[in-house]
Amino acid sequence: MNRIDQTFETLKLHNKTALIPYLTVGDPDPETTLDIIAELESAGADIIELGVPYSDPLADGPVIQRASERALKNKVTIRTCMDIALKARERGSQLPFILFTYYNPVLQMGLGTFFEEVLKHDISGLIIPDLPVEESSEIRTRAAAAGVHLIPLVAPTSHERIATILSEATGFVYCVSSLGVTGERTDFYSGVEAFLETVKEYSRVPIAIGFGISTGEQVARFSKICDGVVVGSAIVRTIESNIPLLDCEETRSQGLSQIGQFVAQLKGAKLALDR
Amino acid sequence: MRTKLPDVNGRFGVFGGRFVPETLMNALIELEQEYNRYAEDADFKEEIAYLLKQYSGRETPLYYAERFSRHLGKAKIYLKREDLNHTGAHKINNAIAQGVLAKRMGKTKVIAETGAGQHGVATATVAALLGLECKVFMGEEDTKRQQLNVFRMKMLGAEVIPVTSGSRTLKDAGNEALRYWVSNVEDTFYVLGSAVGPHPYPMMVRNFQRIIGDETRRQILESEGRLPSMILAPVGGGSNAIGMFYPFLEDSEVRLIGVEAAGKGVETEFHAATMTKGTQGVFQGSMSYLLQDEYGQVQEAHSISAGLDYPGVGPEHSYLKDIERVQYEPITDAEALEALQLLCRTEGIIPALESAHALAQAVKMAPQWTEEDLIVINLSGRGDKDVESIMAYTGGKTI
Repeated sequence: MNRIDQTFETLKLHNKTALIPYLTVGDPDPETTLDIIAELESAGADIIELGVPYSDPLADGPVIQRASERALKNKVTIRTCMDIALKARERGSQLPFILFTYYNPVLQMGLGTFFEEVLKHDISGLIIPDLPVEESSEIRTRAAAAGVHLIPLVAPTSHERIATILSEATGFVYCVSSLGVTGERTDFYSGVEAFLETVKEYSRVPIAIGFGISTGEQVARFSKICDGVVVGSAIVRTIESNIPLLDCEETRSQGLSQIGQFVAQLKGAKLALDR
Repeated sequence: MRTKLPDVNGRFGVFGGRFVPETLMNALIELEQEYNRYAEDADFKEEIAYLLKQYSGRETPLYYAERFSRHLGKAKIYLKREDLNHTGAHKINNAIAQGVLAKRMGKTKVIAETGAGQHGVATATVAALLGLECKVFMGEEDTKRQQLNVFRMKMLGAEVIPVTSGSRTLKDAGNEALRYWVSNVEDTFYVLGSAVGPHPYPMMVRNFQRIIGDETRRQILESEGRLPSMILAPVGGGSNAIGMFYPFLEDSEVRLIGVEAAGKGVETEFHAATMTKGTQGVFQGSMSYLLQDEYGQVQEAHSISAGLDYPGVGPEHSYLKDIERVQYEPITDAEALEALQLLCRTEGIIPALESAHALAQAVKMAPQWTEEDLIVINLSGRGDKDVESIMAYTGGKTI
């Protein structure tokens, strides 16, 4: 059974919502990414999105753009990201990993090789933000054959496309909270609740929300209506502000625990308001 | 057959398509539907034709460059004078048409990306003309290199937004325009400047630029009674070239040459020779040839010509290369400058650096031409905008 399905099943039994942190692999460096993954896991993360740094991240705001630039300076590639997933597993992580990557790095690896490697590295899901349903049929077929979930995105502007997108969804569906790129925000799409209700109506799989969720309060608010909450830029920003600590041998563990505390706090706020 | 593309999925063979965040998909589908509807609308076509004639000054001449021809040898060389358009380049053809479309669609705000500023100026101009609010995204590096164009856009009432992400040049301006559009898709029209990006843009921009080729065809038949043996046009994203080539695609006797920027040389790291050195990939919303590394990271392009300084190329060009209907050739900065100077001296025309690449390819090929050869070069823009960068390049010397 796919680890993502297992996670959602277990959480459902306990009436809990999945906390899904995102990080950019290799920011500030691959070894630290491994330590951060362990930290996120012990702070209560349920699934982790591993972001592949990309030169032209169209769907990302400034925080993740900067993280991408830092990681690319370290020569981090899509293969590095897969290796990190496997190393984290070898170090004992039990969490499902989702590879968050733009389409071009996948395409350049070749779809055949890509799926072989995804399986070898125990990656459970894929999010490809620039691959709409019309362009994804070959990848969907291969993902299904490999038992890997291609997580579809739906946006408040998807309207009548929602039914089509959801008809073939596996794993969970990623609902985009707002019109815009990734990044913290105080306001979400004005009709976000109605949008989530619509998605729920059509969905046979769990629904998660992401884009701009950065505080415990926001996590709590969406935990009431969603099966999962993705937090990206807020975590990447926390990593960014702790780079001076992480870079120095004596203060490294302090930097890591700052990141852990931030995630525990998101999780804590959510636990307090469990469904 | 070749002129029937793209297909319903926006594909030219394997190229094209729509690789964008889901948030934009409905906007692109709506744009495609509205475009298809208006493309058949007599009133819409009439408004564009009126503006192209009365406002931009079309049709542009197909000028027999006699002294330039004689200097190069035996063939007769004509220049399609897109440089004589209002705002100084072919960019206005597309900006007028997209501006009118935006207005018909009820959008009050337009955005655009720009490299050197030509498309930004064209869009700001049309926005002023049509009473639209305009924001232009421009790489921070380019805003420094092209201060006059920045000021020009501001005079026309546009807001220029310097882009500080990535390499701070044209490709990043394009990324930022797309990001802004994702956030403001409900009231904003994206006036994309080249035949690139997600469907329907490559098709739409081609159709708005094909007036270049349509006029050329009529004009050369009038003056020479036959079709040209060869047409040359510069290719960055490729809008002027596709507009010029498209009406000739079915005429197999007409050789079509797209000229791309080799910068300091295709053997160096500093070029924009997407066709010569690139590989197939997805960039800014479509599948095309692309300068990238083995892991799919997009590489920076280099050219003295800001309009050709782009690591991608339009999907239809990518297709025309693969089916070998168009031949693509690289020209270096130095070769382009020399040809630019030659046209200045023989014809009294200062061409844009982009257009100078096509002129340089003509210089290269001229020894093979005979009296039978009839050549058309698309002079896509005028060179006034480049005078400063040429001065910087040559240290103030004329060549």
